[in-house]
Formats: sequence, C-alpha cells, structure tokens
Amino acid sequence: MSLAFKHKHLLGIQDLTASEITTILDTAESFYEISTREVKKVPTLRGKTIINLFFEPSTRTRSSFELAAKRLSADIVNFNSNASSTSKGETFKDTILNLEAMNPDAIIIRHPCAGATHYAATFSRSNIINAGDGAHEHPTQALLDAFTIRQQKKNFKDLKIIIVGDILHSRVARSNIFLLGKMGARVTLVGPPPLLPREFEKFGVNLDFNLDRAIEGADIVMMLRIQLERQAKNFFPSIREYRNIYALTAKRFRRAKKNAIIMHPGPINRGVELSADIADSAKSVILKQVENGIAVRMAVFYLLLGGKDREAFD
Amino acid sequence: MKLLIKNGRVVDPSSGLDKTIDVLIDKGKIAAIKPNIRASGAKIIDASRLVVAPGFIDMHVHLREPGQEEKETLSTGALAAARGGFTSIACMPNTEPVNDNRGVTEYILSEAKKNAVVNIFPVASITRRQLGEELTDMADLNDAGAVAFSDDGFPVQNAQVMRRALEYSKILSTIIIDHCEDKNLSAEGVMHEGYHSYLFGLKGIPSSSEEVMVSRDIILAQRADSPVHIAHLSTKGATELVRDAKRKKVKITAEVTPHHLFLTDSSLENYDTSYKVNPPLRSKEDAQALIRAVKDGIIDAIATDHAPHTVDDKSVEFDKAPFGINGLETAVSLCLDRLVNAKVISLHKFIKMISFNPALILGLENKGRIQVGADADLTLLNLRQEIVVDINTFKSKGRNNPFHGWKLKGAPQMTIVGGKVVYSSSPSRSSQ
Repeated sequence: MSLAFKHKHLLGIQDLTASEITTILDTAESFYEISTREVKKVPTLRGKTIINLFFEPSTRTRSSFELAAKRLSADIVNFNSNASSTSKGETFKDTILNLEAMNPDAIIIRHPCAGATHYAATFSRSNIINAGDGAHEHPTQALLDAFTIRQQKKNFKDLKIIIVGDILHSRVARSNIFLLGKMGARVTLVGPPPLLPREFEKFGVNLDFNLDRAIEGADIVMMLRIQLERQAKNFFPSIREYRNIYALTAKRFRRAKKNAIIMHPGPINRGVELSADIADSAKSVILKQVENGIAVRMAVFYLLLGGKDREAFD
Repeated sequence: MKLLIKNGRVVDPSSGLDKTIDVLIDKGKIAAIKPNIRASGAKIIDASRLVVAPGFIDMHVHLREPGQEEKETLSTGALAAARGGFTSIACMPNTEPVNDNRGVTEYILSEAKKNAVVNIFPVASITRRQLGEELTDMADLNDAGAVAFSDDGFPVQNAQVMRRALEYSKILSTIIIDHCEDKNLSAEGVMHEGYHSYLFGLKGIPSSSEEVMVSRDIILAQRADSPVHIAHLSTKGATELVRDAKRKKVKITAEVTPHHLFLTDSSLENYDTSYKVNPPLRSKEDAQALIRAVKDGIIDAIATDHAPHTVDDKSVEFDKAPFGINGLETAVSLCLDRLVNAKVISLHKFIKMISFNPALILGLENKGRIQVGADADLTLLNLRQEIVVDINTFKSKGRNNPFHGWKLKGAPQMTIVGGKVVYSSSPSRSSQ
C-alpha cells in the first residue's frame, strides 16, 4: 500500500492532491470488506483514543465516524456541545485544550463556524479531522461521495456531474467542487442566483440557473438539502416555488444519461429537493453513500493514525 | 521650558516649507522657525538627519474608556499614539456608556488631561445611544468639547435621521463622520464578499454595503449643503463615488486606513482573527484603487481606526471574534515604507494627509502646521530607520495587529506634544 499520505490533519480537500485522494479511496477499498464480515472488527488501531466533538447536531456523520473507529478497535468518546461545557461559557479553545489533557490521538470536530478546525489545528497536538466546518468544507463527505462515484463509474475523467441546490451555504458542495475538479470531472452547479454567486466560476465549474437545461446528459445528479429557513431570508420566495424549479422529479431525471445516478449527502427533505418516487428509485445511491462512509472514515483514521502499525496491516 | 530642535528637515504642508532649519518652542507654542537659532537655557534636540513634521493627527481611534478598560484606556491609548508618532487622536463614541451627552465628553476630557500624554479629542455620537433614532444634543456636546459626530460602527441606517443630522450640524462648526455600511446588506458578514469568502466559507460583507451608504450620504450632503466625512473608505466603487462627488463640489472628505491600503482578503486563509476588521479587508483590485485615490488626492486623510481588543477576545472562532485592528503603533512606519519610501506619494503629501488635512477636517486651528504661534505638537521621523513590527512591544493593551513581523523602513523617532517630549525612541539624542 502506498504511504503517500503525509498530513497530520484532515482539514479540507483543498489541502489534498489527486494522488492523495486516490490513496484514501484505495485504502477505503481495502477496508470496505470488513463491514461485511460476521465479526466486523480488526485490531489495527487498538489502543488509540479518538474524540468525536460535535458542536452541531448530527446523526449520520457522528455515527459513521464512531463505527469506523470501533471497527478498527480504537476507543472513541462522543462529546456534543449542548451537553458539554460550551453551554457553560467555556471557549472553543479551552474545550479542545481540556480534551487534549486526556491524551487523545485524534479529535474529530464538527463546528458551525468556518475555519474552526483550522484554528484548532494551530494549537492542538492531536490529529484534527474536520467533520464539517460551517459553510467551508466537509472532506470525508466528499471522499465518500468520490468512493461511491468510483464504485459506480470506475473513473472520474470527463464525467458530467451536476450539484443542485443551496451551493452558497453548502460545505458538501465546496468539498465536492474541489475534489471532483482535482479528479478531472466536469462539474456544473445549479441553483437560484441568490444561492449561486457567480464567483464560484473561478473554482473551475460551470454555473446554471436552469436545472432542466443543466441535467441534459448528466452522469451524476447530486442533490443538496435545502434548508427551510433560507426562505425567511429571501434566498428564494417559497418552498413551493423552489420545488417547482429545482426539485429532482422522475420527469426531470429522464433528461440525464440513461445510466445516470442520484446522490444526496442527507438528510433528505422528502418531497422538497427530491420527489418521493426518485428518492427511492433504483438510480439512487444515497444509502450506498452512507454505507461507504464507514470504509472511507476507516481509511482516514488509518492513514492519519496508523503510524508504524501500518506495515502490520500491509 | 524652551525646546530647540536643531538642524532638522522641517516639512510643513500648510506653508510649503521644506528645508533644514531650527524650530524653537516656548510655553507650548512654536516661537521661531529660523536658521541657526540660539536660545540660552533651551533644551536642545539634535534633529539632523530627521524630518520635523507637524504633529500627526489620527482622526479615528477607539480608546475603550469608559467601560472597556481591559481593552484600552485613555492613558494606554495615548502612550500607543505617542509611540506611533501621533500628537492628537480623535476617539469614537462607542464606549460604555456611549459618548452621547456632555457628562461623558467631559469625563473623557478630564481623564485625558490627567492621564493622557497626547491630545485627545472626543467624537460624540450622532444619535442617542447610537441607536440611529434621535439626535444627540449636538450643540451642547460641541460646546463640551466634541469635535465631530459619528455613530461609527453602528451607523445611522435611517436616511431621514442622517438628513436631519447633516442639516442640524450646520449651526455648529463641526462635521458628521459616517462609517458607511448598510447593515441589511452586510447582514452577519465577517469578511469581504467575493471569491475568497466563497472559498473560505465565511459570510461576506458586499462592497455594495459601503457604496449604497456613500451614495446616500453624498446625495444628502449635497442637498443639505453640509460637510460629510467618509470614514475608512474601502472599496473601489466608493472611491469612484467620492471622486465624482468632489468633481461636483460636494463638501465631502474621506479617510483610508493603512490596513485597507496594504492588506487584502486573501490574507484570511488561515482564519487568523487579527485580520478581522470592519469594513473588511477588500480585494486586491480595491486596495489598488485606494492607493490610486491616495495619489490622486481623492482621499484626504490617513487614519488608523485603532480598535484594540484583548488576546482572549480574539482567541476564538473567526465568526465569533470582534472586528478591529490595533493600528496606532504601525501606521506611520507602514506608510513611510509603502507610500513614501516606495515613492507612491511624496513625504510632503503624506504629512499633509496625516496631519494638516485631519486638522482642517476637525477644525483644529492651531494644529497640523509648523507656524509661529501654532501649538508645539511635532513628530520627528527617521526615514531610514529599519524596524520589525513586534506586537509584544506595543504600548497599547491590544495585540490584534496583523503586521506582526513585517520589516519596514521609516519610523517615528520622537513625539512632542505642547512642547513636551512624550516619546523618544532614542533618549540619548537630546541634550541639555
């Protein structure tokens, strides 16, 4: 196995090269099978301690990291902000320093402020893994999306991928834009103008306000969750109107390539960005994405924490 | 006590003077400007190889007292000013309580008299408690010593209120200073809106937030035939609006900060909160437009918007950090290095922008000039001295300055206020 992974932290896709991304995906592939075994556990990270520190609600991502750690035999502890001392006025920095006093090896952080994990990395001794920082990045989501795409389409080169929805506020969109660009896919972002600033073009993607046009010939349709509270800030007039123009329906999906697939980072708003018939269709790989998340996160743990035990695994 | 400054290169934009000559100070005033002055009993300062300039005036600082003395006090702010080469500073009203009544203005002036080594000129708020609704008793505040009016970081959003303030202030010899920001447009933004805000995932403050309000103020000031001063200009569009307004003879003046001239939004890549400031650091194109506007004389003054915060205040997530850069102790070296020594503008022009023009805008008649009878406020500069910015040497309580580690050529050497040396970087230069 390639050991071409020299990073201490996983803060964002921006910091990774295409070959490092491939290393992570290849590593994930070798871990994938473990979750299908009767005994879903290997001793790879026995004795390592990982902290799951979530300042935002999450079920899927937190559980996925937790199961990934447990299947590698690491010890993992969950902290979430409502229950922890942040609600008593402790600063983010003090929270991290206090947790570090317990000598963890890695800290997974999800935080509503962009850059919070980068800030933590400036003073933390542990390996920091970004589980989503504000509207900035969600690197493991993009990696599991990439793993899923590779599983379905073999390679990225010249795939037409559209990402639809609230691009402005989406860390999933950003991490995917960076990753898919590095891997050679052609990305088009689709959404209403207030959620799709034209500066995004500088990331090397196309922009389109018209879903019916953009979906033409797409290999992959990646839908984003639309947050209901955006309506209150006039990013679009109403959910009804948003749904009419930007929801993925079976009818719209017929314009995509015959073998096109549907992705969504979850949680989905059934009947909002995805009509029910399409969410459950055979073309949807949404639950595959969730499954693949475990293997990808196992790979990330292994590459960051494996240390000298790496060879034992080889 | 007489003070004789010998053999300095005296540069005075008010008279166009630029030659090596002596300056005699007596009883806090400039007593003579002549070659080879002899004055028995005078303390002599050898200013050879130094520039002698009229005392620098920073028309935009935050001193935090009363109310937030952990960030800065009148005393520490004044020491920082003196070290930075400023002899006078105008302090914004966002204290606790707000400087919206005679009592607070008088408190600031009396505390300053006791504790501050430089002149402090309070700026009072335009509206009560800076709420943007009811005008303060502007005449009473002006009489108590407020030299200008501004709601600064809580700018007046209601155009009718701004219109009335501009109209009413005509009965006084004072000026309205506006921090131009449409709070609805800037929403919860924390940096300049553009490519970099989208890249970093931080909420943006669009240029339009400033430009909409600059436009409004120009229209209102023109109609009221009243002067308005635009604080910390930051966008290309806003400089074009001011350029246009000046062509139409609107009574408008504008200032710019060193950080908006010399830094851009790409600096935020590490989410370092010392770069978080409002108005935000803009794009490269904006910074270039500001430099051009300085060269063209569209921008009248250089001001720091000195905004000290404690280390703890800034040691948080980027979104949660307060806005503000601590600027008093770096502004002059930055401008000498990047504007004067880099030959963007002349030394004469720089001194005009940081001394004479602020004095004119604030109506400080005996300041900003080296003339017989004027206040003996002088700033001595060493154009060749090389410094490295070190926040740990600051006299200010704040350390929130993104220029830490910058190597700069040119520095204030001595600061004289009312004939008294309040700062000297090399005490040995003066002798009895």
